[in-house]
Amino acid sequence: MTDVVEPFFAATIRTAVPLALAALGELLVERTGLINIGLEGAILAGAFGALVGASGHGVVLGFASAAAAGLIVALIFVAFVVWARADQIITGTALTLLSMGATGTLYRTMYGSSGAALSIPTSAALPIPGLASLPVVGAPLFSQPPITYFVYVLAPVLAWWLARTHAGLALRAIGDRPDAAEAAGIAVDRARALAVLVGGALGGLAGGTLVLAQAGTFAEGMSAGRGFIAIAIVALGRWTPIGVVGAALLFGAASALQFAFQAMGWNAPYQVFLAVPYLLTLAALAGAVGRARAPASLGQALEPHR
Amino acid sequence: MTLPHSHDAPVALALRGIDKRYGNVQALSAATLEVRPGTVHALLGENGAGKSTLMRIAYGLERADAGAQFVWNDRVRVTSAAVAIAHGIGMVHQHFTLVPTMTVAENIALGGHGRLDLAAVARRVDELSTSTGFALNPNARVETLSVGAQQRVEIAKALVQAARILILDEPTAVLAPAESAELLRWVRAYADAGNAAVLITHKLREALSVADDVTVLRRGRTVLAARRDDVTPDTLTSAMIGEELNGTRAKSSAGDSRPRAASEAVFRADRLTLSDADGIVRVRDATFEINAGEIVGIAAVEGSGQRELLRALAGRLAPASGVLAHPSAVGFVPEDRHHDAVLLNRSLSENVALRGAGARRGMMDWDAVGAQTERLMLEYDVRAESAHVPIRTLSGGNQQKLVLARELELDSNSERALVVENPTRGLDVRATAEVHARLRSAALDGAAIVLYSSDIDEVLLLATRVFVVFERAVRELPLDRERIGQAMVGAA
Amino acid sequence: MQAPALRRDSVAWELARAILVLLAIVGTTVLLLFVGGYSVSSGLAALWRGSLGSWYAFTSATLVRAIPLMLTGVAVAIAFRAGVLNIGAEGQLLAGAAAGAAVALTLGGLPAAIVVVLALAASAVGGAGWASLAAFLRSRFAVLEVISTIMLNFVALYAVSYLVRGPLQEPTHVYPQSSTIGDAIHLPRIVGAGRLHSGLLLALGVSFVAGWVLRRTAAGFRLIAAGESPSAATSAGGIDVMATTTRTFLVSGALAGLAGGVEVLGVTFALYENISPGYGYTAIAVALLARLDPWRVAVTALLFGGLEAGAGAMQRDAGVPSTLVTVIEAALILAVVAAGALRRRSSFPASDTSPITA
Repeated sequence: MTDVVEPFFAATIRTAVPLALAALGELLVERTGLINIGLEGAILAGAFGALVGASGHGVVLGFASAAAAGLIVALIFVAFVVWARADQIITGTALTLLSMGATGTLYRTMYGSSGAALSIPTSAALPIPGLASLPVVGAPLFSQPPITYFVYVLAPVLAWWLARTHAGLALRAIGDRPDAAEAAGIAVDRARALAVLVGGALGGLAGGTLVLAQAGTFAEGMSAGRGFIAIAIVALGRWTPIGVVGAALLFGAASALQFAFQAMGWNAPYQVFLAVPYLLTLAALAGAVGRARAPASLGQALEPHR
Repeated sequence: MTLPHSHDAPVALALRGIDKRYGNVQALSAATLEVRPGTVHALLGENGAGKSTLMRIAYGLERADAGAQFVWNDRVRVTSAAVAIAHGIGMVHQHFTLVPTMTVAENIALGGHGRLDLAAVARRVDELSTSTGFALNPNARVETLSVGAQQRVEIAKALVQAARILILDEPTAVLAPAESAELLRWVRAYADAGNAAVLITHKLREALSVADDVTVLRRGRTVLAARRDDVTPDTLTSAMIGEELNGTRAKSSAGDSRPRAASEAVFRADRLTLSDADGIVRVRDATFEINAGEIVGIAAVEGSGQRELLRALAGRLAPASGVLAHPSAVGFVPEDRHHDAVLLNRSLSENVALRGAGARRGMMDWDAVGAQTERLMLEYDVRAESAHVPIRTLSGGNQQKLVLARELELDSNSERALVVENPTRGLDVRATAEVHARLRSAALDGAAIVLYSSDIDEVLLLATRVFVVFERAVRELPLDRERIGQAMVGAA
Repeated sequence: MQAPALRRDSVAWELARAILVLLAIVGTTVLLLFVGGYSVSSGLAALWRGSLGSWYAFTSATLVRAIPLMLTGVAVAIAFRAGVLNIGAEGQLLAGAAAGAAVALTLGGLPAAIVVVLALAASAVGGAGWASLAAFLRSRFAVLEVISTIMLNFVALYAVSYLVRGPLQEPTHVYPQSSTIGDAIHLPRIVGAGRLHSGLLLALGVSFVAGWVLRRTAAGFRLIAAGESPSAATSAGGIDVMATTTRTFLVSGALAGLAGGVEVLGVTFALYENISPGYGYTAIAVALLARLDPWRVAVTALLFGGLEAGAGAMQRDAGVPSTLVTVIEAALILAVVAAGALRRRSSFPASDTSPITA
């Protein structure tokens, strides 16, 4: 039995980590009332950035480049949506397309269109002494690449920051009533810009995780919709950091189930398993009928500049 | 008559030579305001004169194109609300700037820095409750509070930030008469303590009752700045609208409704119960009749259920229970015109065609619509280049006149019925008078009109009957300002 | 009496815009080629050759690609106009292609013309059906259609992958594709125009009818009103906004599905993976550049058809990755959106400034 359960937990965490990273970033963005559909683009850009940064330079630089690449995508979003007040949904969609085209073009240009798998350093598992030897959950939870531990720390820190600091309070207020926040002396646009940038960096890190801690290589379009799934996870997680991590785990578990089923000999066409995350997202969005908990100004056009 | 202003006289707040332009419109032109310490300063002007704009500039929410600002005699550049707050300026806005889902304590804490200690904020709120006499519950969610209570939270926010200059933008617009009086007493006491208060209002009587100094803005310019004792209601009125008005003030309609032989009831309600979008009951067991040729005024404090009542009468809200009989097509002029009544970027013709668009089938005859629109423009004196320009390019008054025309004239059925909600909000005196005249003549022609205005005087001016809505009950009362005012807050 | 010569919607202005757009595209291409270290001259030459350089290129590369772009462009345009952000034209196209192929392959016995009509009808139904999933989630659960349609795009991809390896696979079970559709059931070619098929007439017809419906019918007016201001449409117009937008969503899906059917019967003659090189996404750029007007879509579809045709030639002849064109398309969308935003900021009185269009 343990030889089904342990891999199941491991697969759950593995799937959940990049989703949680991206979703935690998007959580901050959505708490200011914006939706960054370009998150998918940030993740893909981060994946490519990781490839470029790590080739010959090591994992750390790989992750740094991943975050930087995500940051660039976010910067464009800030310029268009926060500064020029362009439509956020279309800008985000365009950014995702731009990222797909740009990473594809750059990849083929820099690494040849043969698509040969490149070998780049991977982020090895770092067992936490003591905890890693716990039965059943030890290895899956505590023998993970460092980026996973980063998520374990990030979520509670964000939760504390949102609830217990004035900056967190300000962020929450912006998402509900930006005019109230402004009248209280908060620099609303600056906060939005910062949230988007942080969200982009975290999205980039998510892409970096895919490359450096999972696949070990880059493939065009490898984000495969994770940015959109992350947006669903934010809604499912009721726009709170701990909820988001929980929802990411739920997704991880559901995806991991497919391996369990396959191991147990269930014979469905493999495309069904591939489609599971997307169907699950749809179900999650339909079920996240707690619209009352969403930031009140979510997705609304930004007020005109003074 | 103006106050001599020497730059050496102590000022709490001064704005000098302020210009502000929005696109083609010059909202403020060399506007000035000099507020002495320890005074209540009334900033008067009709709707659209620039009062709110000027004070939003003072508070940093807008940037002036030119001019200077002084706080306690020091030249300052207020570039944002944060800067204004740092200089001790607080503002109570016309539309409250509170986050409804957050508690009183959280709202008051908003804008601070560092770690958030809600317990300390709650203690501060309690202290403030005692010192001001406001009853504030730090843990109540703002959306559960009455309008008057929310306003007190707005004021408390400013006080917590040690505001010594308090700007209040039309604070009594949403209060019942008794609450207004109480607020004004508090403002007086605040000023007497050495602070300064700027009271933006378009209500003469209010200004004269409490102010030490008055400044009048008209079309973005300061046309009068004087001590209260040196002005009379007539001088203020003529400054506000630029012409002598003795005797031309419209009379009340009270005696106007033509006697109708057998008044047909156009609206009939029988134990009508209405709920809002969240399922909360707003009106319970209302029973009344409204006949052709009547103007029924609804008097209510905002949030009392009048919103739901108006929409039900207009056929936009189905009753939760009970019966409401109304004509098949009721005209409706909602208060948020830009959001609910017009397509801003479409032409006048298209906006006229909007009425009844839900039921229309087949083809659109744009030529006919265009001709109809031009006819309406002529009849209702809607000033615009043509029927093809986007309605966005019209002034507020002209937009409202077109909406009124559309809602009154496009009915084929004989029973004309109209529901209007704050129909003259944001309109200048001339447009307001035109709208009032339209409503009266429509009633004389046999239309049944239901009018809600948060300005009780407008209601009394036009209405032939008055219903008061309070605590889910709808009661008819005689046209007695005092009784109505008391009933609006449940004091009678 | 008349407004100044260069009125915003005058013909001269339209022409000026069109030229600006062309210049922008060429300029961006040059820039990207240069930055990427490719030969600008051979890149541009290939772009020209592949799109407009010859009659064959024009008809069999550009126009052929313009057909599905026109259909999906109109689909996206009417949806966006109604305020429905249908990013799922790609998935709806695939669903339509699958449905059309299935019908064309199974109804062998009937007269060819009837099969063609039925197959195209099936493709429209397939596309509408695929869209109805997102439409349902939107109306019942308030799920943002941007996300649900993108999710469904992925699902459609996997569904087609399954079909061509399973139920619809060709008899020898070797290749992941369906059987080839019989010659008789192909859309007739336009004589003297290479591979160009009569789907062009259908696409032009759809574009014309859609534009006419928006301008002249009550239903079209309701669509526009619902998209401009759902609250005013409901309150002042008595319009059932949810019903109007849902209907539009389904029609949008049907048109995208039709694009799939037209591709199968006119170009590919079989169902396989990668039947669409992203037409559904390019359609967004096509629609936005056309300012959501179906009549203008006919022109912008031509433009993008040429771009994609040229991109193919650029890759073949000059080694420039075809993904470059995706970058150009995305940049175009961003430019359109920014132009609209900046124009609103300057409060220039324009005749049409809805939030989505320029």
